[in-house]
Amino acid sequence: MADHHHGPTVRIYLAVFAALMFFTVLTVWVAYRDLGPFNDVVALGIACTKATIVILFFMHVKYASRLTWLMAGAGVLFLLILFAFAMADYVSRGWLGIPVSHYLQ
Amino acid sequence: MAIVERDIRTSEDAPRVNYLNNGYGLKSWLLTKDHKRIAVLYIISISIFFALGGLFASLVRFELMTPEGDLMSSDTYNKVFSMHGIIMVFFFLVPSIPATIGNFLVPIMVGAKDLAFPRVNLLSWYVYVVAGILGTIAVVGGGVDTGWTFYTPYSSTYSNSNVILTAMAAFLAGFSSILTGLNFVVTIHTMRAPGMTWFRLPLFVWSHYATSLIMLLGTPVIAITLVLLMLERGFGFGFFDPNLGGDPVLFQHLFWFYSHPAVYIMILPSMGVMSEMVACVARKRVFGYEFVAFSSVAIAILGFLVWGHHMFVSSQSTYAGMVFSVITFLVAVPSAIKTFNWTATLYKGSIVFDTPMFYVYGYLGLFLVGGLTGLFLSSMGLDIHLHDTYFVVAHFHYIMVGGQVMGYLGGMHFWWPKITGKMYPDIWGRVSALLVFLGFNLTFFPQFILGYMGMPRRYHVYPDEFQVLNVASSLGASILALGYLIPGAYLTWSIFKGPKAPDNPWGAKGLEWETTSPPPTFNFDETPLVTEEAYQYGPIEEH
Amino acid sequence: MADHAAHRDHPHGLAHQFEDMPQQKESAVIGMWSFLITEILFFGGFFATYLIYRSYYPYAFFEGSSHLDILLGGINTAVLIVSSLTMAMAVHESHSGNKKRIMVYLILTGILGLTFLVIKYFEYSSKVEHGLVPGLVWHPHGEYSPQLALFFSLYFGMTGMHALHMVVGIGLLTWVFVKTAQGTYTAEYNAPIEIFGLYWHFVDIVWIFLFPLLYLLGTQGGH
Repeated sequence: MADHHHGPTVRIYLAVFAALMFFTVLTVWVAYRDLGPFNDVVALGIACTKATIVILFFMHVKYASRLTWLMAGAGVLFLLILFAFAMADYVSRGWLGIPVSHYLQ
Repeated sequence: MAIVERDIRTSEDAPRVNYLNNGYGLKSWLLTKDHKRIAVLYIISISIFFALGGLFASLVRFELMTPEGDLMSSDTYNKVFSMHGIIMVFFFLVPSIPATIGNFLVPIMVGAKDLAFPRVNLLSWYVYVVAGILGTIAVVGGGVDTGWTFYTPYSSTYSNSNVILTAMAAFLAGFSSILTGLNFVVTIHTMRAPGMTWFRLPLFVWSHYATSLIMLLGTPVIAITLVLLMLERGFGFGFFDPNLGGDPVLFQHLFWFYSHPAVYIMILPSMGVMSEMVACVARKRVFGYEFVAFSSVAIAILGFLVWGHHMFVSSQSTYAGMVFSVITFLVAVPSAIKTFNWTATLYKGSIVFDTPMFYVYGYLGLFLVGGLTGLFLSSMGLDIHLHDTYFVVAHFHYIMVGGQVMGYLGGMHFWWPKITGKMYPDIWGRVSALLVFLGFNLTFFPQFILGYMGMPRRYHVYPDEFQVLNVASSLGASILALGYLIPGAYLTWSIFKGPKAPDNPWGAKGLEWETTSPPPTFNFDETPLVTEEAYQYGPIEEH
Repeated sequence: MADHAAHRDHPHGLAHQFEDMPQQKESAVIGMWSFLITEILFFGGFFATYLIYRSYYPYAFFEGSSHLDILLGGINTAVLIVSSLTMAMAVHESHSGNKKRIMVYLILTGILGLTFLVIKYFEYSSKVEHGLVPGLVWHPHGEYSPQLALFFSLYFGMTGMHALHMVVGIGLLTWVFVKTAQGTYTAEYNAPIEIFGLYWHFVDIVWIFLFPLLYLLGTQGGH
């Protein structure tokens, strides 16, 4: 698969670099604006965007085999399973109206 | 890589160079990059830990013969059952089949010369050894009393035993298993011989692929959990400490995110062994090959969605518990598919009554009981009654010992001629398989009844009316021990005195039987070309 | 064995278990990705812990975050992004086997990595001065939330584990650099540089998430 290399060009690397720097400044700038609960959403959205560009271009996933896509995807998917199922417990603990834990107020 | 290959094209009568006689010194073993030699190193080291874990199990059974705690104090008993669990889970069950039989067979079954990363493979063994030494130091230096689950806040704050050292040992053992899994995933993806498509792979390889996925996706989470535990205990960082607002139940979430799938690390490889052996003893292709293959992957993935069923009586939300309970029932589907398909494979097969067949039958019976009692425990209401009783202990021993250890022993008997090039006395194999089966049932079936009657686990004193069943269980344990010691004896004997094994003693199909016994260093004289599906046993002859 | 013939024109850098260079390179890349999957889930344990406590104790987390220095954190983010660029360039140059340029880019990457660690060191020592290390030096000034220690345990746990990965990364980088200087890598055999690059970028990605989660919370004063 990797015998003839169609990696990104230097121009693409520089563009990616510029985008990453831009997003870094943007995320700091947005942090000082009061968006209510959306501050977190925007900050995480920017972080995910930055991570995605690093993965696609610096880590060559855009140019790689389907298997590499699958691997990167599997890591993220199982991470989300960990988050979702653990959070499912914590958000629904109070629903029955009886105190279930002495530890978390 | 400066491996000088010896000329193996010698005349017929001269002894062939194989992986065992290709170098004899200690260095040729300790610095080997040959997956087969590393498998042998693993067999030796996990046997030591199996014996150690078995020793602690015997102490537990000795203590439980009388209702009073007359053999040891409750503190000592806590340490004994904890160390039994920790050693058996982290140092025996998790590496048992993958690191030994899997390490030996996966490259051969896919038609490769070695695993993709032989040095990583050797590193994994060394990490395991370091973990084992740390674990042994922890045992000798006073032991650990948290149970194998290391639950906080007991482990992080109150226990006075060697928690950090043991957690470090478990962390390293996990790292070693990650390296094994990584090697398998890459090898199965990139190193298959020409013509070896995914659906021509033996089911053993499929089950090892599924196991490796769990190793890669689950083990890092137990690693970080143990890191958090060590930071909290060692430095006073707060992660689970209720005094700082932490939630000890979070530890259980993180712990079981790995440790439930780890149950499938412990059972999937033995399912692979069974698929190979069922096909061979029945002389038939495994019924519904694709279903058995995909059910392995399904078990691996579903296994990540059910961990909360260990926490029904913690402070976990009832709603989350319901979700976990329902998904747990779903895991029964792929497990049942496998069991039905093995049974269907045996149907109208030409059954051969060799030692491996005894293990196949024993496994089917024990796994069935273990699996079905799992459904009892996954129903939330019933689990409130059965949680932390001997019912749970019996259930998981039916899976871990009845499943994985039967698979391990069966697989060792099946591939022993290939690994060592020697035959063992088959009659002794059958006798010991029967002893294991009888001893096992006598040990653990009474525990179902005890648990149902309400005997909690992890106590060394109990009311008088439980004594009869406990004595029966201890009696069974001694028969079981005999069933494990006998193979140890005759298999060791066969290495030195056993008759030479033919290349294919069972008349089985598969690439490993096409090469010599024992195989040459690079497994095949020429890279094999695969032209047919797995298990192409011919039409069954009428006897 | 088929290898006997191959030994004569054995390609430079091809390990015995592989048939040819593409197979070896693909195995190396997939092996590294498999390892990165484990890394994702390893850090995932930290992130899950963060997520849960953050949702339970938002004010303690805002308060803890306001003790962190956004300027230093921001500079470190930029430092890592530049180092990712130089690393990507080193990998790029390795495809043509240009030894000198690979070495220059690797050195730059290493210097930036060290810069990150030095800045991190100054941040840590200021936390020690202010008594913000749970368990070890814990005497925050004035009133503080009871769960502040959870935030700082996570801060030191997460950034410490990240810094440990940086240290390991710099160690590996030194090894790759020495091998490059010895002329081991060519246009055909350069998989070690490539997979080291994957590791380096991964460590950068972890920081991309740590920076907003830990540093940028406190700007709103807990609205």
